[in-house]
Amino acid sequence: MLDGEPCNILENEYVKPGKGQAFNRVKIRKLISGKVLEKTFRSGESVEGADVLDTELAYLYTDGEFYHFMNNETFEQIAADEKAVGENVKWLVENDVCTITLWNGTPISVTPPNFVELEITETDPGLKGDTAGTGGKPATLSTGAVVRVPLFVQTGEVIKVDTRSGEYASRAQK
Amino acid sequence: MSDSLQWQPTAPIDNLRARAELLTQVRAFFSARNVLEVETPVLSQHATTDCHIQSISTSHGFLQTSPEFAMKRLLAAGSGSIFQICKAFRQEESGRWHNPEFTMLEWYRVGFDHHTLMAEVDALLQVVLACQPCEKISYQQLFIERVDFDPLVADKAFLSDYVRQKHLLAGDADDWSFDDLLQVIFNLQIEPHIGQQAPVLVYGYPASQSALARINTEDPRVADRFEAYYKGVELANGFFELSNADEQRQRFESDNHWRRTHDLADMPMDVHLIDALAAGLPDCAGVALGIDRLLMLKLGATHIDQVLSFPFSRA
Repeated sequence: MLDGEPCNILENEYVKPGKGQAFNRVKIRKLISGKVLEKTFRSGESVEGADVLDTELAYLYTDGEFYHFMNNETFEQIAADEKAVGENVKWLVENDVCTITLWNGTPISVTPPNFVELEITETDPGLKGDTAGTGGKPATLSTGAVVRVPLFVQTGEVIKVDTRSGEYASRAQK
Repeated sequence: MSDSLQWQPTAPIDNLRARAELLTQVRAFFSARNVLEVETPVLSQHATTDCHIQSISTSHGFLQTSPEFAMKRLLAAGSGSIFQICKAFRQEESGRWHNPEFTMLEWYRVGFDHHTLMAEVDALLQVVLACQPCEKISYQQLFIERVDFDPLVADKAFLSDYVRQKHLLAGDADDWSFDDLLQVIFNLQIEPHIGQQAPVLVYGYPASQSALARINTEDPRVADRFEAYYKGVELANGFFELSNADEQRQRFESDNHWRRTHDLADMPMDVHLIDALAAGLPDCAGVALGIDRLLMLKLGATHIDQVLSFPFSRA
């Protein structure tokens, strides 16, 4: 909570002078107004936690304006708007269970599972046996997300991606 | 077997080649100046008491946070000017400019004061980075030019008002100490903007931030301490070295007192260093410089992982 608004952290840069107090330069988005600001916290400093409720809901579909989720036990449905989903839209896979954060009953953020499996729709064919390159190559996934993958991974394959870092983790288990 | 890429180095092999070249350049620089390369223990029974530096402890002792104490013992034993390239460890988070294990270049020049040593830092940076000569400015003048107040005159109430007006902190300024406020203003309002063209050497830090530097004989408000900044990055920290054993012991003890009042463990002070100072440290100046950061600047890298074979997350 900052100035009476729940916030989430976009970026957190650790600053530590050789001789001196460590602190964190934190970029924060206020979840109601959408305002983005930068604040400095001393390492270890605490702030009031927002009184929010996390629920585990399965992603169903989008109607173009809202993203619909369902509680798999009660079948209760809830719709999150684009602001709440944000950049995580590229990790939304049907039937995957996401964490929806509610504040006063309204979804204010959507966190996808740590790992999602997505199909590669486009990537350059890698040369067989070329294992020297460590950088890999870009691959476009079915949701539009672009990640770097090793050269041996091909179009049409399903891969596992770490949604926290946006990095390739492995090929999906068949 | 997993298909994970975590086994691979984060630095391209070309960057590791550049690291080797840089180390060769540094060794050639000191060899030409007759500065002796030395090695001292990484694992020690003693540790720094510095309030803002936390040592990593092992079942056998502490990993060094810098080779400073052992190198000063060599100086007291008559080594003459010395340098060392070694690993140092600090209990810190990882970040764009930080890894808990990093490579440090530290050197001591007998008969130098901090100004003569600054000239040598300048020469080294020009050789390694092919940059322009360093600019030199005092800490006091830098504040006056950049943030329009005199840091040697300002009091805590003034600094609190300043950070409030600029909305710098998330919490209340009154919870921060005078030195922490000065430092946060320096880090947020000054550091990102200095040394963009040529490296900057900032000298004359407030006496309250003297660490192991002497207090200036002409102006006791400042310490004979300097730092090097380039492209917004802190690159090196140097001192005209404190050689008074009693004063050194007092600083260690007051650090430990501060630690006790801030929920931190007392650190076993290096008694050998106190004894070495009592036996006589020659007048000398010393400086520590981060090799990983130097390499980042040389290569234009934006994250320390790009110049490390394996950062801690993969180590």
